[in-house]
Amino acid sequence: MADPTRTTSNSSKTAIWNDPTFRSIAYQVIAVALLVWFFYFIFDNTLTNRAKSGVTTGFGFLNETAGFGILMSLIDYNETNTYGRTFVVGLMNTLLVSVMGIIAATIIGFILGVARLSHNWLVAKLATVYVETLRNIPLLLQIIFWYKILREYLPGPRQSIHLVQDSVLLNGRGLYLPQPVPESGFGIVIAAFVIAVVASVIIVRWAHKRQEATGQQFPSFLVSFGLIIFAPLAVFYGAGAPMSFEYPALKGFNVQNGLRLLPELTALWWALTMYTAAFIAEIVRAGIQGVSHGQSEAAHALGLRNAPTLRLVVIPQAMRIIIPPLTSQYLNLAKNSSLATAIGYPDLVNVFMGTTLNQTGQAVEIVAMTMAVYLTMSLLISAFMNWFNTKMALVER
Amino acid sequence: MAMENATSNELAVQLVDVNKWYGEFHVLKDINLNVSPGERIVICGPSGSGKSTMIRCINRLEEHQAGQIIVNGIELTEDLKRIDEVRREVGMCFQHFNLFPHLTVLDNCTLALIWVRKMPKAEAEKIAMHYLERVKIPEQADKFPGQLSGGQQQRVAIARSLCMNPKIMLFDEPTSALDPEMIKEVLDVMVELAEEGMTMLCVTHEMGFAKLVANRVIFMDAGQIVEENNPHEFFDNPQNDRTKMFLSQILNH
Amino acid sequence: MNDFKALPDLAPPASTSGFIGWLRTNLFSSPLNSVVTLIVMYIMYLTFVPMFDWAIFSAVFIVDDPAACKEAGVGACWAFIGDRLNLFTYGSYPTEQIWRLDICFVLLVLSFGPQFFEAFPYKRLLGLFSLTVFPVVSFILIKGGMLGLEEVPTDRWGGLALTLIIAYVGIVAALPIGIALALGRRSEMPVIRTFCVVFIELWRGVPLISVLFMSSVMLPLFMPEGTNFDKLLRALIGITMFQSAYMAEVIRGGLQAIPKGQFEAANALGLSYWKSMRLIIMPQALKLVIPGIVNTFIALFKDTTLVLIIGLLDILATVEAQIQDPSWGKVNVEGHIFVALCFWVFCFSMSRYSQKLERKLHTGHKR
Repeated sequence: MADPTRTTSNSSKTAIWNDPTFRSIAYQVIAVALLVWFFYFIFDNTLTNRAKSGVTTGFGFLNETAGFGILMSLIDYNETNTYGRTFVVGLMNTLLVSVMGIIAATIIGFILGVARLSHNWLVAKLATVYVETLRNIPLLLQIIFWYKILREYLPGPRQSIHLVQDSVLLNGRGLYLPQPVPESGFGIVIAAFVIAVVASVIIVRWAHKRQEATGQQFPSFLVSFGLIIFAPLAVFYGAGAPMSFEYPALKGFNVQNGLRLLPELTALWWALTMYTAAFIAEIVRAGIQGVSHGQSEAAHALGLRNAPTLRLVVIPQAMRIIIPPLTSQYLNLAKNSSLATAIGYPDLVNVFMGTTLNQTGQAVEIVAMTMAVYLTMSLLISAFMNWFNTKMALVER
Repeated sequence: MAMENATSNELAVQLVDVNKWYGEFHVLKDINLNVSPGERIVICGPSGSGKSTMIRCINRLEEHQAGQIIVNGIELTEDLKRIDEVRREVGMCFQHFNLFPHLTVLDNCTLALIWVRKMPKAEAEKIAMHYLERVKIPEQADKFPGQLSGGQQQRVAIARSLCMNPKIMLFDEPTSALDPEMIKEVLDVMVELAEEGMTMLCVTHEMGFAKLVANRVIFMDAGQIVEENNPHEFFDNPQNDRTKMFLSQILNH
Repeated sequence: MNDFKALPDLAPPASTSGFIGWLRTNLFSSPLNSVVTLIVMYIMYLTFVPMFDWAIFSAVFIVDDPAACKEAGVGACWAFIGDRLNLFTYGSYPTEQIWRLDICFVLLVLSFGPQFFEAFPYKRLLGLFSLTVFPVVSFILIKGGMLGLEEVPTDRWGGLALTLIIAYVGIVAALPIGIALALGRRSEMPVIRTFCVVFIELWRGVPLISVLFMSSVMLPLFMPEGTNFDKLLRALIGITMFQSAYMAEVIRGGLQAIPKGQFEAANALGLSYWKSMRLIIMPQALKLVIPGIVNTFIALFKDTTLVLIIGLLDILATVEAQIQDPSWGKVNVEGHIFVALCFWVFCFSMSRYSQKLERKLHTGHKR
């Protein structure tokens, strides 16, 4: 009698198309084949289309003359420079507005986040209104709005608004600040600044050691702050103020000289700051609220007052919660700076992916280079965040 | 009842007609309590009866709206200086330990010594190690709270409070969040503390501990002190109906 | 100890409760606080009063003659908005065909509206309808060219209608692609996983404007010569790719939240990969990530304004164009406030809804 429990099978292996490993490999081979075909298809079409329109492939265009002016540049630039240089100019402008925005948004965002938790009902509610309003209105709208306001309500160059006894001029073309021109002897002020910084570091270290040894506390933060601000100032005046200013002045139809802050830059920076600050405020608020209330209760029970409790117990724990989403917002701000195109601020997208692409038609190369820049920024920030998370993770079982 | 004749300067904790509201909710009603130095009080009652609120008023983690609270002769008011003085006299242990997770066990204990008592670090660490030895976990000094078991964390919390040399210890359900096998190690520490003469106010459901160590057991319900007595009388001869009902619910033999 | 008397609940002392108590704790709890309150109130008085005056009390609401807005001392010119409202809402869609857009909008509300009410019984069915039948029906209605409807080319689509179209297509098309990407990212096959990771990180790392430029300029290059690539279609493809990467991350979060036991149980029951995904895992994951999807949708809705930069006439672009018209005077601020209000109302309500959902789902998924 055949044993019903013993299965009789002619083959000890299953059919090959049911074998998971085979299927896995088959799927992947198919996927690779599809991808290869897809890219080949695109590549072929691109070359054909390009041949028809006479556009060459490759990065050679970067060495050709650009032939167009750029509204603002941190490095020397004029029409005779190459397209490659336009890339650098655009990139630096993007980095400039991003860094300015990140600094301002962080400061305002932190203040707002703390304000939302204030015991003062009025302050808390106003902060909430700010956050909920700005978060729900498109950023592009805000940028265009502020830009239009600046252009519309600022006068022409001939009717410039004079501020600070004629040393600052404000008109529709920009905010003109006096340009500092260091003269001989200014080096000593810089030296004083460097010495003040070094001295501050030494003072902080000494104060810390002293506290460990004797328990006495020293206001090292205030002292360093004062030193860094006042020592160079004192040396500056003591040396007879070795610096002159180049003042902006109306010459003909335009204002010349001085340090010029474009309205495009101002509007973009202002809108980016206000928008991102709203998101940062929420992150800060969530971070502080994320620290359990029992922590500050335990600190108070031990006799610590509010300020030391915040400094030693709440904020270190809150920062762990805050930093990861905060760096995400920084990345968002950098990416959002590309909206500069809408108001004509010459950032990377506007200059390179806009004007240069229009003139040369080298779409693939230009798009690839631009995207590579933003991708690099993203990857750097992700890497930083991963490093930060690993370093700061609370040690657990 | 000899305690009633003591002057307020000799009492460790004195609550006189204390009333507290959370918004419209009347959570403490005319609380009157006198605690002499060295006395151990266990406070029990159903949840929501105000027992945690009452002891949290003693170190001003909660504010009372009417009545007086006097700790070692210092009256608790809004005055920050008074609050600091009171908090120096009183130590507290919480149900959820509330250790600082970003600091080591040793740093948890020395934090207040360095920043409030302004002690040099070496001296602070000596004191901290002394108390960590008393709660029998000196070897964990360099670990972080997340690496310790619940019972170990609560013992560290007790050591942390003791480092500040309080005269009065408050315990807010110190073993309620612990797994059963760890309750004993914490209660042992508390019993030792009691035997050394520490004034203790303890909110707890551990009736064995109450019978062993308490001078008085207080039953609170709906914001009032319903009954207080020595443990013997309290458990064997409850007077009030509410007390009887509560005891029948929590005693399981 | 047995002379216990139960005390009644008393009212709290007047200085600590009621309106006075509220004032004391919230506005005047300390000298510093009081000073801050007074300063803030003064600043509010200086700014809010003129603002309200301009926006409401001195404003011109409904008027036929544009000259009325240019008179001295007049505040906001809301009549301008009323005058151009059709343009802002429907773009330059032929006026006699607007009823088709209206039908689509009603269908949209009917298919998505009931989802917000908990008691509604046919959510699943309605969801399927809104994702399959509705797009086809509305496409036919809006584009026309068949069933006797006159064709309306895409360059006449504009205003709020265009904004809604872009947002809707963006989300609905991104959803299946996002699911596929999320599953692919968790796959054990290295080729598939790598491709999905690269795809997702690529689109998430670049700004949307560069994606729009890219699709505007590069898509015609990629296609064989002669294919006419509709401008709106190019933008929609770019937006869909972009959104699907963000959607994939949201869904991946949901998949990660499903306890491993669910996958194991499905396997133990003998279900194939696709069956277990379809019947057990995805329904749970999608339900978990609805707040995340709503948040992504809010972000997309705001981002639709970027099509202004590539020349599509959404509501922002339409308003920008119209406020140049000098016959109504300077209506810059009114126009911008109108658009801001449209977006704010929508985005704020959606985010409130998403928060409510999150709270509800959180309590249901206690670990």
